Amino acid sequence: MKKVIIRKQDVDEMILHAREKLPNEACGLIGGNDQGDERVIEKVYYLTNIDASNEHFSLDPEEQLQAVKDMRARELKPIGNWHSHPESPSRPSQEDKRLAYDLKASYLILSLMEEEPILHSFHIENGESEKEFLEIRD
Amino acid sequence: MYITVAGNGKEVKKGLTLPELIELEQVEMPDYVTISVNDVFIDADKRADTVLKDGDTVEFLYFMGGGC
Repeated sequence: MKKVIIRKQDVDEMILHAREKLPNEACGLIGGNDQGDERVIEKVYYLTNIDASNEHFSLDPEEQLQAVKDMRARELKPIGNWHSHPESPSRPSQEDKRLAYDLKASYLILSLMEEEPILHSFHIENGESEKEFLEIRD
Repeated sequence: MYITVAGNGKEVKKGLTLPELIELEQVEMPDYVTISVNDVFIDADKRADTVLKDGDTVEFLYFMGGGC
């Protein structure tokens, strides 16, 4: 199982952004580096949910392209994406699994359904999801 | 000719098409990948007709979406 590491400050900003986008789902990309079995998230990107929906999200391809270029300029790699679940748990939905085409990606899901937000990371392949170990560092 | 794919420069044969590049790069699930050439997104039905030129920059972007 891959260990995914993210800074607490990035998580706090992700929560703030996702709450600002309510009632819709918020989404974005994550850039970082793989170091052995560890995957370190160095930058969280906030992209437009072009579905503007509380039940679906799609990243804006133009913004996706710009984010990937920015990662490259920072010597980071695109290592996955994140999105919020405004009213459901932090686990991949059937649609999340169906649309998870990048087998190398980590899929971070931030649930806002309870007062205390919950963030988990998943690997998704062939319609099956496996929770990754997510470490939130100060 | 010389092109750049996902930030990496490489020498390829002259007149390479996008489907040939997809095969060369072993792109997984290419039907779900958006392709840009020199920052212009290529419609899926135009891929087969797209011939790359020397100096082109190509990006492969997986569609990313989901639900809840």
